[in-house]
Amino acid sequence: MSTADMNKPAQPGIGAHLGSHLRENGMMLALVAIVLFFFVIVRAVQGVDFLSAQNITNLFLQNSYVIIMALGMLLVIVAGHIDLSVGSVAAFTGAVASMLLVKMQLPVLLVIPMVLVVGGLIGAAQGYWIAYWRIPSFIVTLAGMLVFRGLTLWLLGGQNIGPFERSFQSLSTGFIPDLLGADKPNFTALILVAVAAAAIVWSGVRARAREAEFGIAPEPSGFFWARNAVVVVALLFVGWKLASFRGLPNVLLIMSVLIVVYAFFTESTTTGRRIYALGGNEKAAKLSGIKTERLVFLTFVNMGVLASLAGMIVTARLNSATPKAGVGFELDVIAAVFIGGASMAGGSGRIIGVVVGALIMGVMNNGMSIMGIGIDYQQVIKGLVLLAAVIFDVYNKTKQG
Amino acid sequence: MTAILDMQGITKTFPGVKALSNVNLSVRKGEIHAICGENGAGKSTLMKVLSGVYPHGSYDGEILYDGKPARFRDIRDSEHAGIVIIHQELALVPLLSVAENLFLGNEVASGGVINWPLAYQKTEALLRKVGLSEAPTTKVEKLGVGKQQLVEIAKALAKNVRLLILDEPTAALQENDSQKLLDLMLELKEQGVTQIIISHKLNEIRRVADRVTVIRDGSTVSTLDRSEITEDRIIRDMVGRDMAHRYPDRTPKIGEVLMEVLNWSVMHPDQPRQVIRNVSMTVRKGEIVGIAGLMGSGRTEFAMSLFGRSYGRDIKGDVTLGGSKPDLSTVSKAIDAGLAYVTEDRKALGLILDEPILRNVSLANLEGIARRYILSRGREQQVAEGYRKAMNIRTPSVFQRVVNLSGGNQQKVVLSKWLFTEPKVLILDEPTRGIDVGAKFEIYNIMNELAGQGHGVVMISSEMPELLGMCDRIYVMNEGRIAGELTKSEASQERIMALILQDGMKGEAA
Repeated sequence: MSTADMNKPAQPGIGAHLGSHLRENGMMLALVAIVLFFFVIVRAVQGVDFLSAQNITNLFLQNSYVIIMALGMLLVIVAGHIDLSVGSVAAFTGAVASMLLVKMQLPVLLVIPMVLVVGGLIGAAQGYWIAYWRIPSFIVTLAGMLVFRGLTLWLLGGQNIGPFERSFQSLSTGFIPDLLGADKPNFTALILVAVAAAAIVWSGVRARAREAEFGIAPEPSGFFWARNAVVVVALLFVGWKLASFRGLPNVLLIMSVLIVVYAFFTESTTTGRRIYALGGNEKAAKLSGIKTERLVFLTFVNMGVLASLAGMIVTARLNSATPKAGVGFELDVIAAVFIGGASMAGGSGRIIGVVVGALIMGVMNNGMSIMGIGIDYQQVIKGLVLLAAVIFDVYNKTKQG
Repeated sequence: MTAILDMQGITKTFPGVKALSNVNLSVRKGEIHAICGENGAGKSTLMKVLSGVYPHGSYDGEILYDGKPARFRDIRDSEHAGIVIIHQELALVPLLSVAENLFLGNEVASGGVINWPLAYQKTEALLRKVGLSEAPTTKVEKLGVGKQQLVEIAKALAKNVRLLILDEPTAALQENDSQKLLDLMLELKEQGVTQIIISHKLNEIRRVADRVTVIRDGSTVSTLDRSEITEDRIIRDMVGRDMAHRYPDRTPKIGEVLMEVLNWSVMHPDQPRQVIRNVSMTVRKGEIVGIAGLMGSGRTEFAMSLFGRSYGRDIKGDVTLGGSKPDLSTVSKAIDAGLAYVTEDRKALGLILDEPILRNVSLANLEGIARRYILSRGREQQVAEGYRKAMNIRTPSVFQRVVNLSGGNQQKVVLSKWLFTEPKVLILDEPTRGIDVGAKFEIYNIMNELAGQGHGVVMISSEMPELLGMCDRIYVMNEGRIAGELTKSEASQERIMALILQDGMKGEAA
């Protein structure tokens, strides 16, 4: 290559762009394809509308806690670690919440922050050994998984504790009330979704403009608009459906806010960037002035807080704390992160990928259950999807060289 | 005597670099043949061609082995033919026993079941041959580096080696271990094993080698017979040109003292011994200060302990930097105080290989591309583009992952990262290790430019000519102490070596 070529900023064509973003776009397409597949099959076999307002609402209620925990798990995995304890921690914090609410009769607005603090302390207790004593996270959190499952059983005395007052239940099963009077369709929901769609397009356009200003090779414009059109249509469709049913679930709002916050944190803040650097090469990061131990510690604290939030949502949804809550959650959460494109070795993975990964798992769970596919086949299929997604990644990477 | 090996017209190119150009090497049966050349001259590449690491077809030229053309596809092929290479970095499995290591991949077994009694018996015989009396069940990690080196040779003997290649075998060894190894080489020669030794140490070469081939910038310069081997001749052939032209000219503009270190002492991180003893040094504005010393003399340990206590414990001593006494207790504080340290191992410690250039450049100063914790990716790209042009980093774009860059360009990325932290004093640890001659010259130019802008530059290097060519002043370190200090006009390879030797004797007397 001549020097003249090298001094010119690179201008990749559509093909090159698709190649370098194959992963993200591929995942989006896979999600859309899976949704359409179930839509057609469920209608043909069961005669049921897969995309009914009721089922879309269910999808979010069933998967919100996986997505919420996957946000924290992405940070843990990007930092080069793993957390196997999240299911048990969610169960334990749910049990703590139920004790405080039912046995001690504390007000909901006090209990929620208290339980979040408990989750943070649990994360700190595990993160301390991992970050400062360099004990492998696999071992520490495997121990945590057993310990907190045991503590859940002990705390609940083997029984379910519930029910809760409405305000706590609404954490999961509540809906944002329609402030604009008319009940159906729910105008508040419609407006919120429309605003969200507009915000996505607007921030995309702004990012493009800024990239152009700095001479960064932009995404081909036809492609940009096509992708945004798909996202907006999907959002408006979901919004319309939800509005015509009971409105936006509270949990959807919590989840959406968290997704935006974490996406911003990982991609646009110094601390977020440092977590990626730490996972990419810990020693180099350390010699560049990054406080690697503290960052690892904080990713586990954060994971604990999110696990406790998920624990409360699950408990609220079941309307009781049960000893068996959250069994196997850790595997769903970790699978979502890897389907979403994170690397086992740390240092890579994006929030948007994780959300899509979790939705793929969730849609498959939900679709297969509606079709009446047994839990045996469901597990096999989910396992194969996880394997296929990761093989796809590795194949791409070796092809790029 | 007939030739066991004849490499003819070997040419090997990597993207952008011609590593070997028309190299000829002829090794006679039963001799010890030394290969000399500067770092990056192409010695290791040549050996990788010979041993099949670079398979037949990935290079031009022909290899005749025992008079027949050899086309090795991989290391197994060459080992099958009796060619065994022992690399600088030992390839033993530390947690396995000596016997397990000796026959790794080559187990004494029938039908997949290992015959341990026979394996131990064979191991004992092989160990005796290399002068070791360890039990075959000893774990390799329990052995010192010198003994591990001997185990490597025993492993080669287990493969019925006919041509043994030793790549800088004594680089990490103490003096008496080195002597033992050289004795063993002579003994093996008696037994008819042909050997190739790559070494920088000219006294060793004089002691064991029958002939020497000198390689410079990827070409054969000369092959000398034993009677022609003198240090002067080898150095002349290795360097090949006037010293003045290998290093860019500079008129030093030296100002006031920028950094002063007083009585710096450091303990080993987990052994009860002192690694750095009462080291004091000064660095002035616009000055390039060298630190010379053998491997293990404590140069890197000194620099890293200074840089945010990245090495060692019980660190004592005073540092004045830019007129104040800064807190250097963590890396980020050291960076804030105006210190930067470019590590000797850029791949393991300097770069995030899987990330693009721009993210590596901004790594040590994310605040520089952020406003209140929020990154500006546009600013990040501008900064990286700026350094790409200033440093002449050869890459189509700053979005290129650094793993795809050549060593010289990777080093420029590391330098960019540290310059972006706006340091007062820059410590460069082996800044030109493993990069080609052209890129070296560019790195020297960058160093001169930095000194010209009033930075203090500290250069740690194992290559004495480089220190002599670049530095205004040279500290000589030995066993964790400053053995002496030489100005540019006083300094010579002989004076540096003499200081090291004198200090070594002092140490033994004490």
